[in-house]
Amino acid sequence: MLNDFLLLMKAELVLAFILFLLLILKVGKEITNERLLALIQLLLLGNFIFGFFFIENGSLFGGMFTTNGLIAFQKSIISLGIYLISLLFSDWLKKSEHLPEFFILLLSAVLGMFFLISSGNLLMFYLSLELATIPVAAMANFDLDKKISSEASMKMILSSALSSGVLLFGISLIYGATGTISFDQIPALLDGNGLQILAFVFLFTAFAFKLSIVPFHLWTADVYEGSPIAVTSFLSVISKGAITFILLTTLYKVFAPIHDLWYNMVMLLSVITMVVGNLFALRQQNIKRFLAFSSIAQVGFILLGISSHSMEGTSSVVYFVLIYVFSNLAAFGVAGAISQTAGKERIEDYKGLYQTNPLISWVLALSLFSLAGIPPTAGFFGKLFLITAGASKGNYFFITVAALNMIISLYYYLRIVRAVFMDTNPQPIPKINLDPATKLGMIICGAGIIFIGLLSWVYDYITTLSL
Amino acid sequence: MMEPGLYHVLFISTALFFIGVFGFLTRRNLITMLMSIELVLNSVNINFIAFNKYVWPNQLDGLFFSIFVIAIAAAEAAVAIAIIINLYRSHQSIDVENAEDLKF
Repeated sequence: MLNDFLLLMKAELVLAFILFLLLILKVGKEITNERLLALIQLLLLGNFIFGFFFIENGSLFGGMFTTNGLIAFQKSIISLGIYLISLLFSDWLKKSEHLPEFFILLLSAVLGMFFLISSGNLLMFYLSLELATIPVAAMANFDLDKKISSEASMKMILSSALSSGVLLFGISLIYGATGTISFDQIPALLDGNGLQILAFVFLFTAFAFKLSIVPFHLWTADVYEGSPIAVTSFLSVISKGAITFILLTTLYKVFAPIHDLWYNMVMLLSVITMVVGNLFALRQQNIKRFLAFSSIAQVGFILLGISSHSMEGTSSVVYFVLIYVFSNLAAFGVAGAISQTAGKERIEDYKGLYQTNPLISWVLALSLFSLAGIPPTAGFFGKLFLITAGASKGNYFFITVAALNMIISLYYYLRIVRAVFMDTNPQPIPKINLDPATKLGMIICGAGIIFIGLLSWVYDYITTLSL
Repeated sequence: MMEPGLYHVLFISTALFFIGVFGFLTRRNLITMLMSIELVLNSVNINFIAFNKYVWPNQLDGLFFSIFVIAIAAAEAAVAIAIIINLYRSHQSIDVENAEDLKF
């Protein structure tokens, strides 16, 4: 029994151990930020590597907590993401007065996400979702003296509180309609009557809030712009990834019997999300806001893959999130390095970046190519599999709209590439001396963008897991 | 005197939910918006307990869920009020109309 507990919950236990270690270090004797950050990076690397050992299938606490190979892989993607964040933003983190607090909040949010991915019960799902969002709202306010940071944090906490209220109302209706809150028992009791559909709509609305699917995307850009850039990258990559994974579980496992009902809704929302995200991204001048709208458009593509309701759907979405971690974190890492040293966040300031900073220009170009889906990079394969999975249902009109959206998105991604490589600027951004850790993070991201797409066994491995 | 049934309770809880959502969307004071969210969460509690009592009387899932909802709502309110205090320090106001640096 104890052995099962230790093995099945090992990812959470390791994370909780790191969390408590940081708390002890915080109250213990003073250590410099450099040494503490190096220790944290080492611990997060250890956490990432440990995620590949002792993978077991099983469930605990009467089915409240489940785990299997795919869930362990999803947790590894999240661990990789937080390790890359600790590398990429090390300049900003070293100067922060509250380094331990930042990681305590971040790791509690990640702990919530781990439980979220593993949850097998609506109670567990709700508790872990709150654990995954409340610390992030506090993190958004991390630049305590900046006005926009507190405004972003206020918008984040209010919209997430309302969305969890809507989620709870949906859960209460599901409980009323089926009499159970366990993911295993709900599908057998679903027959698609009016109350259950209403409950599903409420539940999906809450997901749409958290994933910034279009009618509920209004908070996204504001929160992304106002928060410190490390928090923005966490929000747009890690939190979105975790909620995508649990959306997969809920739609494919819990609401599988009413698949015909949600298929059209998800497909329509996916296309609307892509179109609106792309159109708003066209006119943005601030790089963080631009990346916010680009991430909304990417969520549209993820929904396209989810709508297929098949094994390819699962594997292509997990694969895309893995690629998305590398490409989006690389873009945010470059934006963070520039805003940290030069204090510039506008796209027109990026003109002539290649003359002074060739390395980060190449990383930025690679990540934008990958986000746009241009062939040699991994992003192309990610989108290819998503669209193939979406097309398996044969709704070719929507697939065509999605493909056209990829062309629209090329315009705004390449606009930045043009500004960086081809435009000249009388006062370009001066040469940036990158921290070695940041450089390492950018190299890992670049290598990931190039090789994840070319190594076909990665996708095969995810496919075998999602069987 | 008629015994109140499930539909009476559900009517109250649904009304409370939409009053909360309406208040959240129309009020401009942050504390009042937070109170509206509490209304939403309490309507959920009423729902859980009503379903538990009238529809599934031999279980305890709904009661436990509402206890957890109360606890989480308290945690959420604590963080939200801390954020509002910080917003007040930088903006000298807790009116959402004054927090408008981020737009479009």
